[in-house]
Amino acid sequence: MSDPRTDHVVKDTPPVTTPQRGQADGPAEEARTGAAPGVSAGLRTFVAAATVQADVERAAPAVTLAGLNAYYGENRAVKNVDFCFDANQVTAMIGPSGCGKSTLVRCINRMHEEIVGARAEGEVLLGDVDVYDSDIDVTAVRRVIGMVFQKQNPFPTMSIYGNVAAGLRLTGTKGVDLDERVESSLRGAGLWDEVKDRLDSPGIGLSGGQQQRLCIARTIANKPDVILMDEPCSALDPIATQRIEDLIDDLKRRFTIVLVTHNMQQAARVADTTVFMLAGELVEWGPTGKIFSNPDDQRTEQYVTGQFG
Amino acid sequence: MTTASLGAASLGSISGRRRRADRAARTFALLATLIALVPLVLIVYYLIAKGAGALSWSFFTTDPTGRFLGDPGGIRSAIVGSLVIVSLATVIAVPIGVGVALWLVEYGRDSRMANIVRYVIDVMSGVPSIVFGLFIYTTLVLAGGSAGGFSGLKGSIALALLMLPVVTRSSEVALNLVPGHLREAALALGAPRWRVIARVVLPTAAAGLLTGTLLAIARAAGETAPLLFTAFGVKAMTWNPGEQMNALPLQIFQDVSQAQDRLVTRAWGAALTLVAMVLVLNLVARFVQRRSRLA
Repeated sequence: MSDPRTDHVVKDTPPVTTPQRGQADGPAEEARTGAAPGVSAGLRTFVAAATVQADVERAAPAVTLAGLNAYYGENRAVKNVDFCFDANQVTAMIGPSGCGKSTLVRCINRMHEEIVGARAEGEVLLGDVDVYDSDIDVTAVRRVIGMVFQKQNPFPTMSIYGNVAAGLRLTGTKGVDLDERVESSLRGAGLWDEVKDRLDSPGIGLSGGQQQRLCIARTIANKPDVILMDEPCSALDPIATQRIEDLIDDLKRRFTIVLVTHNMQQAARVADTTVFMLAGELVEWGPTGKIFSNPDDQRTEQYVTGQFG
Repeated sequence: MTTASLGAASLGSISGRRRRADRAARTFALLATLIALVPLVLIVYYLIAKGAGALSWSFFTTDPTGRFLGDPGGIRSAIVGSLVIVSLATVIAVPIGVGVALWLVEYGRDSRMANIVRYVIDVMSGVPSIVFGLFIYTTLVLAGGSAGGFSGLKGSIALALLMLPVVTRSSEVALNLVPGHLREAALALGAPRWRVIARVVLPTAAAGLLTGTLLAIARAAGETAPLLFTAFGVKAMTWNPGEQMNALPLQIFQDVSQAQDRLVTRAWGAALTLVAMVLVLNLVARFVQRRSRLA
């Protein structure tokens, strides 16, 4: 933790606005071109001007993949992927089981390497900082790039409050008003009104959908820039799914969101951009409407019309 | 019971041969259970029948006197010695055992080194308890100078060696029961691995770890052999583990070989006390286990 850069990430530094880029074409363009002055300024220094898009509350960086390969032992699950996840947008990853979409997403916050024998090659740029740079602290990467998992996983030994505060406590973050952060995070996850009177009861006492929103609150309590969601609704009923989808729509005003989903209707409902992946490669990507109505590639056409799955 | 009216050949009634085989197998299983229960019931019966008479207030509050005539005294020094020796053994064995288990589960995983460690622990759990006593006797009791000699602490070390594989193996099971997705959730929040272990893995496994510890304690509390040539067993009462100490199994071992009924009765009383203490521990372990979500 002696690296000043990583220490920098822990603190809640106020956004550094770069006025000369204030009138760029859009957040995505900002992300691609907006190089912050030097890597040494830290992962968080890339901040686009918040005035660009009316409904962006807090500008988040884009995520750019360059020549990304991911392996399980000798097996290559992600093959030479280049892509940019636009800032303050929801990008959905669709594709059949085992196509590598989860693996690709887990490379972004470096969770892929937690699996024995797994490794990744290439670059993952958050703004303009490569999270695989040897000087970067992996724990700092995960604080800035949050993740919500397929199965809701609140900590069973912790209360609702403790679960939301877990990110700050587990990272040893000091100088944050916990009560305030827990409340704002639960409000951000649309859960506050349901749990405000029982913050001390166990997190796993909530319903499945509430647990998943608790996990989202836990993730946003760290104030990340990017949120990765790996099939966040696959274990939930339609009503709970609806609530999470509404939430995702709201969250993109503050975060860049990558959503892995098996559910094509879900991608159609919430994603700005949709990426179709097959056998470790990106087949096609574009505005969600185009991917589902008029894709260029025949394989995409076949997949979105349910001819294989 | 006839199903022939359904017209399906496969639904015919159960044959007499199958019925008899079923009855024989059930009878055999029931008999085996009863036979296994017989010694258990007899042990408890004899303990109470022969030991209950020895119990009295002074039995627990006086030390054995060692007189051939007159009052033989109680078992206070043995109870205190057992408490001190087993507590110390627990203090030594549990942190090491849980530490080894943590390493195996969180770091070693399926590596060659981890499998070697597991194998050594398995071998260690098969070593007869007297060997641990002999080992400490040779290395620590026979050591020259002021470091040598018998003491309660050396008995604790011998018991700790005996407990170590039990604690390690049961802790490994408890830690493996902590779902991987909880570790993943904590890591994905940016927690360093040591904090994931300290604040997520250990609290989640706490009940299982406690159960394993209590079972190891129960096992160690009844051991005689490792204490014979380490703590030695004197009659005087002491709380100081640097001195020679009495213990319940040692007291039983000495008394039961005496030619006096009173001493043999005291041995039964001590045995009943020991079993009661272990039983209480086991009940606590079960209670904890039932309240745990994982174990």
